This record gives sequence, structure tokens and C-alpha cells, in this order.
Amino acid sequence: MPEVRPALAEQFDSLEQQHEAATLGIWTFLATEVLFFGGLFTAYVVYRFLYPQAFAEASHHTNLLYGTVNTAVLLTSSLTMALAVQAAQEGRNRALVRCLAATIVLGIGFLLVKGLEYREHFAHHLVPGAQFALTAKPKTELFFWLYFTMTGLHGIHVLAGIGVLSVLAFMSSRLNFSSEYYTPVEMGGLYWHFVDIVWVFLYPLLYLINRHL
Amino acid sequence: MNATETAPCADVAPEYGHESENYLHQHTIKSWLLTTDHKRIGILYLLSIIFFFAIAAFAAAIMRLELLTPAGDLVHSDTYNKLFTIHGVLMVWFFLIPSIPAVLGNFVIPMMIGARDVAFPKLNLLSWYLFMMGGACALYSILVGGVDTGWTFYTPYSSTYSNSHVVSMAAGIFIAGFGSILTGLNFIVTVHTMRAPGLTWFRLPLFIWSLYATSLILVLATPILAITLGLMAVERLWGIGIFNPHVGGDPVLFQHLFWFYSHPAVYIMILPGMGVVSEVITCFSRKQMFGYAYVAFASLAIAFIGFLVWGHHMFVAGQSVYAGLFFSLLSFLVAIPSGIKVFNWTATLYKGSISFETPMLYSLAFIGLFSLGGLTGLFLATLSVDVHLTDTYFIVAHFHYIMVGGMVTGFMAGLHYWWPKISGRMYPEKAGQLAALVTFIGFNLTFFPQFVLGYLGMPRRYHAYPPEFQIYNVLSTAGASVLGVGYLLPVIYLIWSLKHGKIAERNPWKATGLEWKTSSPPPVHNFEETPVVGEGPYNYPRLDHEDLEHA
Amino acid sequence: MKFPILPEQASTTAVQVDYLFWFLTGLSALLMLIIFGPMIYFLFKYRRLNLVDRHLPDFPTHRIEITWSVIPLFIVLGIFVWGSSVFYSMARVPSQGLEINVVGKQWMWHIQHAEGNREINELHVPVGQTVKLTLASEDVIHSFYLPAFRIKQDVVPGRYRTEWFQATKTGTFPLYCAEYCGTFHSGMIGRVFVMSPTAYEQWLERGQPGDSLAQSGERLFRELGCSGCHMGNSTIRAPRLEGLFGKPVPLQNGTIVRADEKYIRDSILLPQLQITAGYEPLMPTFQGRLSEDQLFQIIAYIKSLGAKTPQPLP
Repeated sequence: MPEVRPALAEQFDSLEQQHEAATLGIWTFLATEVLFFGGLFTAYVVYRFLYPQAFAEASHHTNLLYGTVNTAVLLTSSLTMALAVQAAQEGRNRALVRCLAATIVLGIGFLLVKGLEYREHFAHHLVPGAQFALTAKPKTELFFWLYFTMTGLHGIHVLAGIGVLSVLAFMSSRLNFSSEYYTPVEMGGLYWHFVDIVWVFLYPLLYLINRHL
Repeated sequence: MNATETAPCADVAPEYGHESENYLHQHTIKSWLLTTDHKRIGILYLLSIIFFFAIAAFAAAIMRLELLTPAGDLVHSDTYNKLFTIHGVLMVWFFLIPSIPAVLGNFVIPMMIGARDVAFPKLNLLSWYLFMMGGACALYSILVGGVDTGWTFYTPYSSTYSNSHVVSMAAGIFIAGFGSILTGLNFIVTVHTMRAPGLTWFRLPLFIWSLYATSLILVLATPILAITLGLMAVERLWGIGIFNPHVGGDPVLFQHLFWFYSHPAVYIMILPGMGVVSEVITCFSRKQMFGYAYVAFASLAIAFIGFLVWGHHMFVAGQSVYAGLFFSLLSFLVAIPSGIKVFNWTATLYKGSISFETPMLYSLAFIGLFSLGGLTGLFLATLSVDVHLTDTYFIVAHFHYIMVGGMVTGFMAGLHYWWPKISGRMYPEKAGQLAALVTFIGFNLTFFPQFVLGYLGMPRRYHAYPPEFQIYNVLSTAGASVLGVGYLLPVIYLIWSLKHGKIAERNPWKATGLEWKTSSPPPVHNFEETPVVGEGPYNYPRLDHEDLEHA
Repeated sequence: MKFPILPEQASTTAVQVDYLFWFLTGLSALLMLIIFGPMIYFLFKYRRLNLVDRHLPDFPTHRIEITWSVIPLFIVLGIFVWGSSVFYSMARVPSQGLEINVVGKQWMWHIQHAEGNREINELHVPVGQTVKLTLASEDVIHSFYLPAFRIKQDVVPGRYRTEWFQATKTGTFPLYCAEYCGTFHSGMIGRVFVMSPTAYEQWLERGQPGDSLAQSGERLFRELGCSGCHMGNSTIRAPRLEGLFGKPVPLQNGTIVRADEKYIRDSILLPQLQITAGYEPLMPTFQGRLSEDQLFQIIAYIKSLGAKTPQPLP
């Protein structure tokens, strides 16, 4: 397996500069994503404040088991991702591929559980629209709109992340990352952790309001 | 190859690059549409924004013709409403926001910092394609009937009542917005990581500081616009009840979300112009910028405080008195750094050696018009006065003074200043000066009467109006025709100059700055070797009158 | 062609706002002079071919920068304080005043006086008296703008806004909608007629309204079946409304709200939102069955219900 001779893009003067640019680039991108999700979170917080009872009741109809399982799945996937980045840095290629595969599998698992969840919501008439069932309180439908929009947007990001990780896995099968160059894995890792953190905020807001165990 | 300490007056042979390999030498469509060269991308943007400007200006022309008479007798009310909406949407998102950053910023920033390109050239091309896709959606929306909500898309009119093509227009803005986010991201990373050795932050030209501050806003504010328009579109398509009061939604929440982006957006639409002015004033007075660090920090201060004033668009919209007080106070504060810039530019002229080429004329016009526009901003920050003036023509005049008198004038200044670098040709100087003068006169005649109209009480977005307002409307329309001529002239002579203009030397203005070290037009990679910087910007020599002949 | 320069100044607020406006104009002119006087002088004196002394002394840059930052800061803070105090007096609606209801809808203004007189796009008021306008919208956001009085408030659907003025001279003054609201936004204009108090009384009587606002409200109250639960002997237990207006109401979720216009309106349109403590959420919604005008009438009726028991219903 050939050593990775990282290509130095012609606009850069050194590998170090290229790496610095990539790192700052991904962090700036993640900042824009924070603002992006932030708008939705703001709308959610405003209406949660205005209609607390409706939101509490609607939130009781989310599937706590699926939500908690998904939280565990994503947190574990962040662990495997971190291990992947470490493996890349240490040049342990097989471990890298295995960890990436595990992360991808966990990501797909997350989406599958989400799919089951959405199917259940559909069956229980919790999808906003003509068939929406929880009409007792005025804003329960809005809760579910925000629920689907926020988890849907997050799901798209998870899917994109799976795509990125698949490309990384493919790259690792052709090249050997090492401490000299493992930038793509590092950047992919940062993105994946971000997707995880967004879920860490979504979970309590959507599933845990007023939940008494 | 080393330092950049060339005496500005000396005629130095091009140190870097060879003319036969300048960036324009390839002519195929593919070389343009698949380019990753920041210079070519800048030109792609230039052509696209002129296209959208033309459509938006045409809409304005019809509006001003309609407003010649009090009665709404030229076009139907719905058509008029669509015209001012299209004018606003295209001018804001498809002309002003990209203008200096995506055209001049793309072209100049890498050269100004001694780099061969931006940090992510392919992302740069993607930005342009996103801009074009967004533009295509916007054009589609116009062609199938247009939008009549105003560029501000207030709910519930936009989300429930309007019968126009809101969603496709919102989609267009949404997509183009991602293009501008990526441009901002590219600039931030480029300025942080690709400065030439020795080019510390406080040796950077002020154009870079201005564009850096602009990029921060682009990156942080635009995502909010995306979500806001998205929520509005979803409300419109599926009635989710977020902005519809009949089901407990809050229409004013839309305004908070919208203006949280759109106020910082107006700083996107002025900071780059300020950056151009700093470059031009120093060059054409042959002088160091007075208070360089203060001007640099003022850009950052404007960007930061600009995020905290959005409620001043909503003083009568239904927010609490205390919110009003907070936003009013902060709106006054944001005036201070702008004032600092104006004072520093003026002080730079003191004991300079001043010439009046076209870029300088536009820059001086910028300072005057921006100051007037900014002072009228004080009127609007004053709560009690704003109650009377908001939603009238006073507002229209205020923002046109800043955006047209300020930003567009700054864009013209920059375009003329860097034209030799971009095209390798000089524009005809007398024609440039004439156009600047015509524009200045036309602009004031168009928009100053609108301040009077606003104070008299004429509301904005009025298709027909009471007869007592007619005189000022007639003056304004007359001015608009002059302004139109003023903007048409550069189109003509700049195109003319491509074939017939004098061949430009490497540094026709004898300016400092790394971009003037390369040939005009520059080679594909700007610099054969990364330059090393040993001094700060604007190091024009001290002047005694004996040096004037060479300055 | 008419060449107006100054708008009419016809209210107490207008006087205060105009002082501020002209001060700002004078200040702006002065500042423009201070900046552009020297600038034009420099442009002339230091033009390229003029041979003058350009020797640059050392400037105390920091001190200069601080000075021209701090002085403008104090100026703008002064304007802020002045402007805010005027604004505060505008925003604090006087407790006493002639109450008139305004409903904006695409594309006209419906105005209802308490006595029952109704107007469309016209507002008759007496001079020298405080007039309090309660504003509601049937559809989109409008804005009720009286330039001669220098007042304006956005009229937002789903809530009530208030505006007040005291006219200082008689005459006819313009009324405009100032928030873009669709096709005939520029047609949503009218006139305010300020009259002497006697002329106003005469106008009210001439209008022969028939029912006052409260009487119309009472009729609606009966016709829509509200009295069925809220009055008399009913099997449904519903909160009594006599003397309710203005009092605190404890809610089911433990909070206490004041029974103002907004509370009454929300209770009629979104009854599930705020359940009175100790009651069941049984009230149906009247969303879509009542216009904003009718809501004003019902509210006027409920306001008129003092602590006394109303007459038994026929």
C-alpha cells in the first residue's frame, strides 16, 4: 500500500498551511451550521415558552425508547469516529477502516430507527396535516411540525455524514493515512461530532419535556 | 526574490509574471465555466450581477415613471407591487450583497495578501454556481408572474394571503444565500492562513479588514435568513401555524428572525465600499491612512454591534417599549465607528497630494453621500421621530443614500481603480470623471426630495398618492433619468476600453499594495514566488513640494 | 403644482416630535459643515499641483481619535435620552380618553365609536381631548398612520394595539395605511376630521347609530349563545362575566392574568389557551365566526357589565 503523498494544492505554500486552512474552513462551516440550526431552535424555544402545555403533551407522544436508543447509537458512533481519527493519525489502516465502518453502520442504524419512528408517527396520526390526531390543544400540531423539520434536517446531515465517511473509507482502502497527513479523516471527524452534538440538544428538547420517569 | 520596497514613483519592470501567460489568455467557454481561478470567477460574478442589476433598474424605471403622476395610471396595482418587490429582491441579494465581495474581493484579495488564489478555489466556483442557480429560480419566479410581498416578505401576507410566486423566489434567495456563505468562508480562511510572510494583521490593507468583517457577517447571519425564508415557505405550503395568528402563530416572530439577518446584511452592503474608499483615498492623496488601527477596528465594531440593532426596524411593530429603548441605544452606538472612519478619511487628505481621477471622485462622493445617509440614520434611531418617519419615503431615501450613494458608488470607485489590473487597459479618464459627476447629480436629485416626502408623510410602497406629493415625485423621477445616464456611461466606455483603451502598465496609479506588483493583467498564478512583506500598507513617501513632479 | 415643505402640526405629540426633528436637521447640517468644510478646503489646498508646505507634524493620534469618538458619543446619547423621553410619553397611553375602535382589513379602515357610530376610512374626533384608538386587523399587518399627529402603529392580526393623540387644532388631516398589505395598499387612505366638542356631539347624534357598541355586543352575546353558559342558570359551569373586565383571573396552570381586551379576545378565539382555574375546558372556539368589529362589540358589552346582575333574558 503506497504511503500517502498528500497533494499540495497549488494555492498553498506548504502542507502545514493547507492543513491550517482545512481546519479553519471546517470550523467556520460548522459555525454556519450552528446558526442554521439555531434559527429553528429559536422558533422552537419561542413557541415552547408561549404554549408550554401543548408542547409538553405533544412531546409525550414521541417515542422515548427510540429516542434514547438513537442517542446511545450516535454517542457510540462518535466514539468509533474518534477512534478512527486516532487510528488514521497512527497509521493503523485496518483499524481505521474498521472504525469508519462501525461509525457508518451506527449512522445507518440511527437512520433506520428514525425511519421506524416516523412510520409509527404516521400510523398514530401524528404527522401534521388533515389527519392530525392531537387536536385538543392548539399548538400540538406546531410541535410536530418543528419535530419533523428539526429531526428531518438533522437526518439529512447524518446522511451527508454517512456519505462523507464512505468516501473516507474508500480513500483509506487505497492510501495509507499517517501522522503526516490524515486531514480528511480529521475534518470528517469534526463534522460527525457536530452532527452528534446537534442531536444531544434535540433529544431533551423534543423527547424529555415534562417527562416523569 | 524579495521585498516590496519599490519607490512608488520608479518605473519598475514587471518582477513577476509574463504577459503571454496572463489569466485572460484562454478563451474557451470551458475555461471560463470550469475555472477555479479567483480572477475569472470575479469576472463571472461581474457579468452576472450586471445582468440582475439591469432587470432591477428597469423595474425601478417603470416605478419612477408611474410615480410621475399621483394616479396609478401606468400599471396595475398588482404589477406595481411586483415591480418594487423584484427591484428590492434583485438589488439586495443578486446585486449588492455579491457586488464588491464576489467581484472585487474575489479578484483582489489573494493578490493583496500575496497569495496565488483563495484557500478553496473549487468552493469558490461552487459559490458562483449556487448564485446562478438561485438567480435562475428568481428569474423563473419573475417570468411566471412575479412576487408582490416586498423584499421583506412580511407574514401573514407572504405566508397566507399573497397570490404570487413566493416559494420559488424564496428558494432562489435561499440557494444564492449558500453561495454567499461559502464566499465568506473562503475569505475568512484565506485571510487567516494565506498571508504572505511578513504580512501581519496590522500590515494588511484596510480593504482586507473591511472584507474580513463583511465575511464574518456573511457566514454568521445568512444561515438565519435561510431558516427564516424556509419557515415562511413551509407555512405557505403546509400551513403549519408558526406565523399565522388565526391558529395562534405570531407574525412578529417572522420580523424578528428576518431582521436578525437583514440588519447585519446592510453592513455586508456597506463595509466593502468603505474598504475601497480606504484604498483609493490613500493612493490619490499619496498618503498614509490616518488612524489605521482605528479604521481597522471600526470595521469589526460595526460588524459586531450590527448584530444587536435589528429591532430598530420594528419600533412600531409591536415590540415592548423596553426593547425599543435597547435597540435605539445600540443603533446610536453603531454610528460611532462609522463616524470614526469618515473623520479618519478626511484627516488622511490633510497635507496630502490630491488628484481627482475617477476612483477618487467616486470615493469622495461616497464619503459625502454615506455621511448624509448615516446622519439620517440618527433620525431613525431616535424612537419618537422614527414613529413618524418609519414606513415612509424618508426610509427609502435613507437606505438609498447608503446603499446607492454609498455601496454602489464604492463599487464604481473600486471597479475603476482596479480596472487596469483586471483588463490590462485604462478606461478613458474624462469619460469616467463625467460619469461620476452625472451620477452624483442624478443621485441627489432622485433621492433628496424623498426625505422631504417622508417627513411630509408619504408612505412607501404606494402605487398612487395624494396630489400634494407630486412635485417631489417629479423631481425624483427627473433625477432618476439623469442617474440612469450616469450608470449607462461606464457600461459603454468600459466595454470600449477593452479594445481601444490605453494599455495599462503594471502600476498605473503608482499605488502601494502587492496587487500592483504583478502585471496588468496578472498572470494565472499571480506571483511566481510568494512575496515577502517588510512594511505596512500605504507607505507613500513623505511629501515636500519638490517631490510633487514624481508623485 | 403644490409645493409643501412642512406637514401640518395638529397634535401635542407633533409639537414635541418636530422640535426633535428640527434639532436633528440642524445638527446634521452642522456636522456636514464640520466634516465637509475642512474636506473641501483640503481638496482645494492640497491638490496635486499646488505647491504648499506638506510637512506633516507628529500628531497625537490616539488623543484625536478618542476626542472625535467621545464627543459624538455624548451627542448621540443626548439625542437618545431626549428621543426616548418623548417616545415614552407617546407609548404610555393615558388612562382617560375617548375610546374609539379601529379595524383594518384589506383595504379599508372600519372605525367604531363607543356610541355606535361607524365610519369607513374617516375618523371624526373632538379637538383638545385625548383620543385612544384600539387597533385590530382582520387579515394582514396594516399600519394606522396619522402624519399630522406624528403617530403610527402597526396593526397586527391576532393582537390589539393602542395609539393615542390629542388634537390641537380643528381641520381635516390625512390618514394612511403605512404597512404594505397587498394590492390596494395605497388605496387604504382616509381623513381625520377634528371638530369642536359641540360639533362632535352633534355629529354623533346626526349619525343616528341606533345601538351603541355595547348594545350591539349584547345582541351578539345572546345570538351566538354565549349567555347560555355564562349567564342565568345553566347546567354548564362557565365563569361569570359580571365585573370581570380588568380583574385578575387565576388560570389552571397556576398563573394569574388580567382580564383585558386581549384576554377576552383570546378566550373567544382560542379558548383552550388559558383555562380559568377550577373550570373544565369546554368552551368551543368562535374562530372564523366573528369579525374583528364584532369582537370589539362583545368586548364593549363585557366591559359594560359591572358588578350588578344583568336583566333576566326574555
